[in-house]
Amino acid sequence: MLPRIATVWCPDWPVVAACEAAGAAASDAAVAVLGANQVVACSPHARGLGVRRGMRKREAQSRCPELVVLPRDEAAEARCFEPAIRAVEAVVAGVEVVRPGLLSLAARGPARHLGGEPALVTTLQETVSWIASDVAVGIADGAFAAEQAARRAVVVPAGESAAFLADLPIATLDAFGDSALVDVLRRLGIWTLGGFAALPARDVAARFGPVGEWAHQQAGGRDDRAVVVREPPVDCSVTMELEPAVDRVDVVAFSARGAAETFIANLSARALACACVELEVTSEAGERAARRWRATGVLSAGDVIDRIRWQIEGWLHGGDGSPRLTAGITRLRIVPIETVPTGTHQQALWGGDGEAGERARRAIARVQTMLGAGGVMQPAVVGGRGPAQRTRLVPWGMCPPEKQGEEREPARRVDAPWPGHLPSPAPSVVLDPPAPIELLDAGGHAVVISDRGSVLRPPSRLRLRRESPVAVTSWAGPWPADERWWDPASAVRVARMQVVDASGRAYLIAGEMAAESEPQWVLEGIYD
Amino acid sequence: MLDLAAAKPVAAAALGARSPALPVLPALGGLLPGGLRRGSTISVTGSVSLLLALLAEASAEGAWCVLVDLPVGSATRVGAAQMGAERLGAEAARDFGIDLSRLPVVPTAGESWTNVVGALLDAFDIVAARAPARLADADLRRLVARARSRESVLLSFLSGGAGRWPMADLRLVAEPGEWSGIGDGHGRLARRRMRIRVDGRGQAARSREVTLWLPGSRGAVEPHEIARVVELSDVRRAVS
Repeated sequence: MLPRIATVWCPDWPVVAACEAAGAAASDAAVAVLGANQVVACSPHARGLGVRRGMRKREAQSRCPELVVLPRDEAAEARCFEPAIRAVEAVVAGVEVVRPGLLSLAARGPARHLGGEPALVTTLQETVSWIASDVAVGIADGAFAAEQAARRAVVVPAGESAAFLADLPIATLDAFGDSALVDVLRRLGIWTLGGFAALPARDVAARFGPVGEWAHQQAGGRDDRAVVVREPPVDCSVTMELEPAVDRVDVVAFSARGAAETFIANLSARALACACVELEVTSEAGERAARRWRATGVLSAGDVIDRIRWQIEGWLHGGDGSPRLTAGITRLRIVPIETVPTGTHQQALWGGDGEAGERARRAIARVQTMLGAGGVMQPAVVGGRGPAQRTRLVPWGMCPPEKQGEEREPARRVDAPWPGHLPSPAPSVVLDPPAPIELLDAGGHAVVISDRGSVLRPPSRLRLRRESPVAVTSWAGPWPADERWWDPASAVRVARMQVVDASGRAYLIAGEMAAESEPQWVLEGIYD
Repeated sequence: MLDLAAAKPVAAAALGARSPALPVLPALGGLLPGGLRRGSTISVTGSVSLLLALLAEASAEGAWCVLVDLPVGSATRVGAAQMGAERLGAEAARDFGIDLSRLPVVPTAGESWTNVVGALLDAFDIVAARAPARLADADLRRLVARARSRESVLLSFLSGGAGRWPMADLRLVAEPGEWSGIGDGHGRLARRRMRIRVDGRGQAARSREVTLWLPGSRGAVEPHEIARVVELSDVRRAVS
């Protein structure tokens, strides 16, 4: 006996999601979503003008010049579909998400509860139409037949699925247009699912293997796969409202104690422990800020409070590169980002650097409680042109910017080519921000770099601020670096030079290229 | 005279010491023939690169190192304070062979310098710290004793005239080096020949001088071609 399955289908879901992500109106424009330069989905209007799935971009645009082309965003598809899933889950229990835009559920129980299959169809349609404007519901025996029924918005009576499928074209088997099987069957003269289903199952299995066998079952309406119910995610985050708004770190940390304990208790009630936590605050002025923290092993309530204290100190007083909040904090949210089952010992999970590592990390945590989060930094080499860009220090335990949630920055890859970056040796001391320095020629004027990157008068003396000038014995460069030329607001053209002074110290200095007045030189690094 | 220095390793072995010493780069073998002895205090003067090179091999082999109040480059050393925040050049550290994932940096320990260094000595294999200008003798003795009892190495970085560390077992002083590869408007910094003077107490009492390429080509450390360990006492004897 085949399971009776209801399927909810939102047509052209990639288009709906891409439009929503791009902030465009999908209703009556000609829109196509492209993946790998091929049309993945298109809006009804575009389809009316001759755009088809699988077309190349140029071909689609030649048929429909006003076509709006959007890139495919599968994450957005899943994200936008989530409200629809939740809405259906509010009506019936046990929903399987086949893919974003398509979900199925066992129909027998809900149909009996709601008073018949037509009532179930109406209910589902009404529920989902709040989220997606275009929705179709179908009911049939077996998942495959139910999907086809949904595409045609019909209810196939029980036991008639095989007859319903028989007249459908063979291409129905191939939802994504990349199956070789369909192609072979067409060349064998089989044009309908009924024709394929009529072939003896044993011969199909012998000729086409497991894939053919599976397709044969589907075509014959014998798809007895049960609905795989998704488990609704549990929200373990804890929100704390502060009324009135608080702008003192100790007060927030004190009030947060209860929230942090609830947070850990909630997780441990589900046999989970938290390894990475996100702290999110909203200020009275409506600003939102979020940061992620990772711990060695798992976080206890005390660890969470420590991180709340460090982070809020950064947000209220600035200092560790976080954006500063201008008003008091009204809401604090603690979100678990990564959880592990309780009892799995973390030491083994993190590559097991053993007892010494554990001890070192504990000492770091102790120093952090003494000095604050910024008291212990983790250095890393990242991509960049200048030495200051290539060294990154983040507070120990805080996730680096490219691993933050919503405010993430693109990762600066070290191995990418960075034109203008000097080869090793790298300066052992880096100045960030760079310190002003004077590089003087024999006449006592600042050394000028021409527009073409050459030194007009060679440097002869170097002068740190408030010091007496020292003679330059040798120098090299200049090496021009044309940074961020694509963005006029942050574009800089600098030239870097290495100079060695009379006492044998070597410096890396940078100056503006082709400056109108005397260029300002800065000290970027010391080869100490 | 009773040879205390010779008796020491036996005692350490009898007490079941963790491991005799932390390894140093092969190029530094002339400088520290036995590696960094656990529990010792070593003062380094004159070069951040030298300090990083000392950490490199141990760090690559899995030791945990930490930098406190470092680095302070020669720009600050000549007196122009508040010039801008000086940071570790992570790339230089990596090129020496340091594993950055095991190198936390404490940029400014401030008032709690003694407590921070003390806490870190409990857990880390090597603690490299810039000695503050003023440090009470009692604190200094306590830290040296802590390093000895926890079997970690305390590297104190002395920036020029400021700071002192009278109780160091070993003193390394880097002299201003000579850069090669750079000319008058051509070439680039390639490597630096650096003379390092070593003296100390006890076993290491004889002062020596070692010449190294620091940094050598590609940022690593290389022995100087005519790498020679000159025993200064021998030189003096030869002269007189």
